[in-house]
Order: sequence, then C-alpha cells, then structure tokens
Amino acid sequence: MADVAKVKVVEAGGAGDDSLVIAGKPYRSRLIVGTGKYKDLAENAAAVEAAGAEIVTVAVRRVNVTNPKEPMLIDFIDPKKVMYLPNTAGCYTAEDAVRTLRLAREAGGWNLVKLEVLGDQKTLYPDMIETLRAAEALRKDGFEIMVYCSDDPIMAKRLEALGCAAIMPLAAPIGSGLGIQNPVNIRLIIEQSKVPVIVDAGVGTASDAAIAMELGCDGVLMNTAIAEAKHPLVMARAMKLAVEAGRLAYLAGRMAKRKYADPSSPLAGLI
Amino acid sequence: MQLTVNGDIHEVPGPISLLGLIERFGLEPRKVAIERNLEIVPRSTYGQTQLGEGDRLEIVHFVGGG
Repeated sequence: MADVAKVKVVEAGGAGDDSLVIAGKPYRSRLIVGTGKYKDLAENAAAVEAAGAEIVTVAVRRVNVTNPKEPMLIDFIDPKKVMYLPNTAGCYTAEDAVRTLRLAREAGGWNLVKLEVLGDQKTLYPDMIETLRAAEALRKDGFEIMVYCSDDPIMAKRLEALGCAAIMPLAAPIGSGLGIQNPVNIRLIIEQSKVPVIVDAGVGTASDAAIAMELGCDGVLMNTAIAEAKHPLVMARAMKLAVEAGRLAYLAGRMAKRKYADPSSPLAGLI
Repeated sequence: MQLTVNGDIHEVPGPISLLGLIERFGLEPRKVAIERNLEIVPRSTYGQTQLGEGDRLEIVHFVGGG
C-alpha cells in the first residue's frame, strides 16, 4: 500500500492496513523482540505480551540431557500464538549458521529465520563475507531469511539480490544500547530496499526506536533494551508505543527544519 | 555401546533406536531436533533409526536468545 493511502487509513482512525509484510505474510506489530537475558521465563513471556510483539527471536542450543525437566521456552511463550524466529546467535561461520537453521527448521517447521554470523566476540559485529555465504546456501535450501547485517548499503544490496526477505542493519553493537549511530547509512539502505528494513541491535530506549521508525524503517528488533531495563514490562510497553508513534510520525510527513524562527502566532493585530 | 551426545560420552545398553534414547533421557520428541553424525534426523524416523557404536548426536531445542 502506498504511503499516501496508508495515511488516509490512519487519519480515518481505522485499524487499517499498515501491516508489515515479511516473506508475503502480514504482521500488525512492527516490533520484534528477543527472548534472552530475562530474569526468568515468566517475565520474558510477560514482556513479549506487553510489547505486543507477534514475532520473537529464539536461539537453538543443546538440551541439557542430565536435566530434561528444566523449564523450556515453549512452555511459557506459545509458538502457536507468537511466531518463533530461530536465530544463529553464537555462530561465527557460514557452516555453523546453516547447520543451526536446518536443525531449527526440523525442530519447529519454521522456514522464516534470522541469519546472524558474527566476526568478533568483543564487538559482536557481523562478518559480512560469511553472512553472504550463509545466505546463499540457505536460499538454495529454500529458507526465507531476515538477515542481521552491517549498515553498509552495498552489502545490503547484495543480500537483497540473494533474495533475503528482510534486511536488518544494526543501529549500534548488540547489547550496547547506544541507539542509531549512523542514520545516514540506515536511510540510504531504506531508500534502496524493496524488502523491509528492520533495525536490529543497539536500541537502548524508546526514543531510539522512534527515531528508527521516523527514518522510515519498517520495524525494529530489540532484546537487551527491554530485558535489561530496570522495569522490563514498563519498557516493553514504552517500546510498543515508540514504534507506533515513530511510524505515525513518519507517515505524517514531518515539518521541514528551519535555520531560524517562524512564529506560530499572527503578527497582525498586536496591541 | 558408547555414544557422544552433545559433546559428552554416554554408555547406553544396545541395541537402541533414537526414539529409545530420547525416552531414556526423559525428553519429548516433539520439543527437540537431532543431528546424527552431522545429518539431521527427521522426527518421523526416530523410531526406525538404530544407533551405532560411536554415533555423535546433537540434541537441541529452543531457548531464549536475541
């Protein structure tokens, strides 16, 4: 739907169709949240609900075979109600990422996945060369990919050309909470992409999420910003509102910035 | 027989199917995914897959992550 049409729907106060469409499937929420770093699974589940998220990222890890009765994520966050997006967190090679996602697809049947191949333990910066290799292999295997990447527009273009379902450039390093460090590059990626652009990593507080949406992002993905807030459920709600507010502001078309003042009250009729 | 499961050596009485091993560990088949000697094992075949001496298994599930 063109932006103009979306604005008409929003102005009419209708629920409208400003859906986020990923790999052909529409989602009402433009906020995707992670499931890591929470104090427990119950808080995690409550945060997902407070955020109004319809998609959550999950990691694939070894089962603790010596303690099989350990509580599991799927007992708290129902994959029938919220879509699980398996990720490849912790993978440093294309081979590991592909293996992990094949296992994830076998475990849950999900074909839409998040690809992330890291290059450095300290910065958790993506290794774009390994990411490209993994994306190519996964596409051949029929996966739909939401790919975590650097904010390099050329790399983003290559990933889109491979058929990735969404481009997910980082705002700042994972878990840093530093907010969008390079709005120029994010904007360049948004302008050139025909698939959704979702800022992933580095969001710290509500205004960061709103800024991402005001730039024209299609969505925001975050984990630490909510999990490590002093009151995660409150932050989850703040993020939900921030993403909605930022999206509306973007659709509304902001005023132009001026170098100097321009009075709001009339000049005529002063006593 | 000896199997490597998630990086650890386990001694199990054979013969045993993959389904038998999962049940021995007290796991639910529908909550996990398994790789045997670097190949994914489809869940529908757990019952028919007979394990062999020295098999290397990865049994994974979903956990919280970003």
